[in-house]
Amino acid sequence: MSTETAEKEVAVKDAEDLFSKRRKKLITDPLVDDNPITIQVLGICSALAVTTQMQPTLVMALSVIFVMVMANLSISLLRNKIPTRVRIIVQLAVVASLVTLVNEVLKAFAFDMYKELSVFVGLIITNCIVMGRLEAYALGNKPYDSVLDGFGSALGYSWIILTVAFFRELWGSGSLFGIPIFDGISSLFGDDFQLATNGLMVSPVGAFIILGLLIWVQRSKTGYVEH
Amino acid sequence: MELFNLAIRSIFIDNMVFAYFLGMCSFLAVSKKVSTALGLGAAVIFVLTITVPLNWLLNEFILKEGALAFLGESFATIDLTFLRFIMFIAIIAAMVQLVEMVVEKFAPALYGALGIFLPLIAVNCAILGGSLFMAQRDYTLAEAAVYGFGSGTGFFLAIVALAAIREKLKYSNVPNGLKGLGITMLITGLMGVAFMSFMGIDL
Repeated sequence: MSTETAEKEVAVKDAEDLFSKRRKKLITDPLVDDNPITIQVLGICSALAVTTQMQPTLVMALSVIFVMVMANLSISLLRNKIPTRVRIIVQLAVVASLVTLVNEVLKAFAFDMYKELSVFVGLIITNCIVMGRLEAYALGNKPYDSVLDGFGSALGYSWIILTVAFFRELWGSGSLFGIPIFDGISSLFGDDFQLATNGLMVSPVGAFIILGLLIWVQRSKTGYVEH
Repeated sequence: MELFNLAIRSIFIDNMVFAYFLGMCSFLAVSKKVSTALGLGAAVIFVLTITVPLNWLLNEFILKEGALAFLGESFATIDLTFLRFIMFIAIIAAMVQLVEMVVEKFAPALYGALGIFLPLIAVNCAILGGSLFMAQRDYTLAEAAVYGFGSGTGFFLAIVALAAIREKLKYSNVPNGLKGLGITMLITGLMGVAFMSFMGIDL
């Protein structure tokens, strides 16, 4: 039902701007008001596992952006050809191929990163954000809109995991992107002064707590209340 | 004894949820009531125990480098590891469908209990994660089966425990922004601290 109405709406606004108001909203909405992680509770699986350091997190974020945009595009192009009954399998096949591509590229050009991310690149396949957007948006909308929607959701995901990684690396290892920050600050204040790092931040527990607090801050700002 | 150690390790020390954050989506979404959590947990154990050994066979006899050697000389150098993701997810999706049909036919009571959770499980990261870890760690077939069962049980324990806590949580006064997901994350963090105490055990 909802699919039909969405189709009609697009058909009427044929001469719409490349970046009309509605399309800008597709990108900006998932950033704060409808964030996939903090509001929709999707894609938490991989959000936490790679966030001990900034660098792997950035690679992960870029991979997810690539996979989501391409998957949304492909599914949207195929949307009238896919029988409803087998759509999950088709979606999984498309996403799995894209993830395999990312995995092979990482293996060829950034082998250390490939080793570090290990199975978590593969787990983008089962990342609920990807499947969720394919199911909810790409199956019923035109390719260009779907690309924007995928890009927006992936950006919303990326800034959350990058923020979590920022705090975890800064407090857990005292550095950012591998550059020691705490040592630098300590040396400004003489030999006796040493900023301590918190081992809990490197462990999984730190990720849960940082994300919990981040959600609190974010939801207090947007005023979203879950019942 | 080795196998027993592996089971203990995959249940407590390398717990799917607290050590690797796998299956978080369903862990958070289906943990509001103990009864549904029990259903999902049981379904995860079931599917993991089946798919991990099955994917082991697939990996060992088709995907691994040189695995196709039994077909003849010219196949000995073929390496199909890059097909791992697609094949594993296909096996999982197919198995889930198959298991669903078999259970519906032969154990209607169990189907009633697991019913809605079985299809959900095809896209649960814990299931694919189990198979990927299995392939990465070079387990034997027996180890793969035990690992599948153990990590499923670990997930079961975690989700039932969280559901029990959340049932009690309904009666407490949580700040508005923290309600739902926020407080659940913090609780999961604290449960993670408890599970960290297993880390010292050397098996």
